[in-house]
Amino acid sequence: MPTVFDFERPVIELESKIAELKSFANEKGLSLETEIGTLEQRASELKQFIYGNLTPWQKVLIARHPERPGSLEYIEVMITDFEELCGDRLYGDDAAIVGGIGRFEGRPVTVVGHRKGRDTKENLARNFGMAHPEGYRKALRLMKQAEKFDRPLICFIDTPGAHCGLGAEQRGQAEAIAKNIMVMSALKIPIIVLVIGEGGSGGALALSVGDRILMQEHSVFSVSSPEACASIIWKDSARARDAAEVLKLTAHDLLGLKIADDIISEPLGGAHRDKEEATTLLISAVSRTMAELTAMGRDQLLDARYQKFRKIGVHLVSDSSGA
Amino acid sequence: MVFDFFKKAKYFTVKQDVKRDIPEGLWVKCDLCNEILFTKDLERNHKVCQKCGHHFRLTVEERLHITLDPDSFSEYDAELESSNPLDFPEYSGRLATAQEQTGLREAVITGEGSIGGHRVVVAVMDSHFIMGSMGSVVGEKITRAVEFAQENRLPLIVFCASGGARMQEGMLSLLQMAKTSMSVGRHSEAGLLYISVLTDPTMGGVSASFALLGDIILAEPGALIGFAGPRVIEQTIRQKLPEGFQRAEFLLEKGFVDRVVPRPQMAGTLAGLLSLHERGGV
Ligand SMILES: [Zn+2]
Repeated sequence: MPTVFDFERPVIELESKIAELKSFANEKGLSLETEIGTLEQRASELKQFIYGNLTPWQKVLIARHPERPGSLEYIEVMITDFEELCGDRLYGDDAAIVGGIGRFEGRPVTVVGHRKGRDTKENLARNFGMAHPEGYRKALRLMKQAEKFDRPLICFIDTPGAHCGLGAEQRGQAEAIAKNIMVMSALKIPIIVLVIGEGGSGGALALSVGDRILMQEHSVFSVSSPEACASIIWKDSARARDAAEVLKLTAHDLLGLKIADDIISEPLGGAHRDKEEATTLLISAVSRTMAELTAMGRDQLLDARYQKFRKIGVHLVSDSSGA
Repeated sequence: MVFDFFKKAKYFTVKQDVKRDIPEGLWVKCDLCNEILFTKDLERNHKVCQKCGHHFRLTVEERLHITLDPDSFSEYDAELESSNPLDFPEYSGRLATAQEQTGLREAVITGEGSIGGHRVVVAVMDSHFIMGSMGSVVGEKITRAVEFAQENRLPLIVFCASGGARMQEGMLSLLQMAKTSMSVGRHSEAGLLYISVLTDPTMGGVSASFALLGDIILAEPGALIGFAGPRVIEQTIRQKLPEGFQRAEFLLEKGFVDRVVPRPQMAGTLAGLLSLHERGGV
C-alpha cells in the first residue's frame, strides 16, 4: 500500500475514479473519451494546484516519503561501474552512510551519501540514515582518497540528523562532524552536494560543504529536525508543523538565502511518483554542474567555495554602532 | 576589585549593572554541593566552590578579567547584532531581553589582548546570552577574529560556552559551523596556533565545529561537552546516563581533550603554551 498524505487525497481519489471509468468503458466497449479527457484535465489541474502550493510541513512529509528514491536508487542509475568501499579504518563500518567509486558520464568520481532504509529491516540496519562517528570518518577517508586521485566528489544528503546515543558521544560525534566540515572546505577537488530528502543538523552538514548545493524541489534542509526545533524552542515536539513553517527549510527558501545554489525539478507530486523522471532530472543537473566545476582552476574553485560559505549570514547582521 | 579592569578598557562597552550568576548578596549556595559560600570568597577563588571544586559559569567580563593581562583587551566588532533574519516569531523580543539582562549585544565577545605578555586574539562566549547559541552574529564575529589572527599571524584562543546552533536563525545558524570551521582551517594551514578552551556547556553546533578543531584543546573541570544534549540522549535510549557522562574528565579519558585545567591555573597554562609557540623563541 503506497503512503498517501491527507493533502493529496483529492488527487488520488480523482485518479482512481478515472481508472475505474476507463476499465468500465473497456468492459462495456463504450467510448467515454470525452468524459475521461475532462476528468484527466481536472486531475492535472488539481495536481498542479496542490503540489504547486505545498506548505513547508507538507514538503517535510514528501521529503520523508518512504517510497522516495534515496542515494542508492540514484547511484544505481547515474553511476556506472560502482564499487562500494567500507569502513573508517579506526573503529568500524557504518551502514547509515554509503560510499564508493564509480563513473559519472565516463569520468571516475567518488560518491558518499546518507542512506535511510526502504523498509523496516533496512532501516534498522542503517539506523534510519543517522550516522555514528565511524560513518563520518568513513566519508572523510573516501573524500581524502578522492582528493589524492583527483576525482570529483558527489554527496547525497538524506538524514534526520546525526545519531544521538552513548556510543556516538563516546567515540566523538562532535569531533567527527567538525573534522569533516573543516576538511571538506579545503578539499582540492570539485564537490557537488545533492539534497535529495531531508537534511537535518550537523549530521547533514558533515557531508554538505561543497562547491554547489543542489536541492531537489521537495527536499528540505534544516538546522535541526522540526520536531527537535519545536522541543527546544517551545518545549513541545508536537509543534513540529509550526516549526517547519518558520524555519525556512524548503529548497525555495534556501535558494533565497543563498544557501542552495539551484533547485532540481521533480516530477509532479514528488520524486516517488516517477522515479525514472526524477533520476533523469537529477542527472542532467549534475552533468551541467560537473561541467561548470571541472572547467574551473583549483585556486578559483577553492576561493569560490570559501566565499560561498564566508558570505552566509553576513548581510543579515546589523551594525548598530550608529544607534 | 573585579571590575576595575573593565572601567579602564577603552573599547569595552559592557554595562556595569550586569546580572550575574550570583545574585547580589553576601551569600550564595553551590549548585553542586549545596554549601553556603561567602560571595567575596567565591569571587576571589575565580568562582570555584572552595568545598567541592564546582566551577560556576562565568560571564564574558569575568573570563576576560581572570585571563588577560590587566588593561590589555581591546574589542573587535562590538557593534554587530542580529537583525532577526528569518522574522522568527518572538525572536526579536528574546534578543532584546538577553541584551538587557547581560549587557551584551551577542553571545560572543571578540578582540585581542595579552596573556603573560603574549599577544593573542581571543573570543569568549557567554552562556547567559540565549545559552551562548551560535547564530549569524556569533559566527561572523568569530570568523572575523580568526581572519584577523591569520592576517596578523597571531595565535587564537576561543573560550567556548554554548548550547549549540541558534534555532531562531535556522539554516543560517547551521552554516555558521561551516564558516567558522573553514576560517579555523585556513588559520591552521598558515601554521598558526589555535587553543580551544571548552567550558560549561559546549554542545551541538559549537562542539561540532570550531570548538573541537583546536591544535590544543583544554577543558574546565566538570564542563558538559558533547554533540547531543543529555536529555535528548536519555529520551532516545530510554535510560539514565551514567554519572560523569559527557563531562570534561570523560572526554579526557576518551581522548578528545588534551588536558582538564582548573580555572585558577588556566591563565598560567595558556601563557606557557603561548610561550612555547612564540616565533624565534629559544
Ligand atoms: Zn560546591
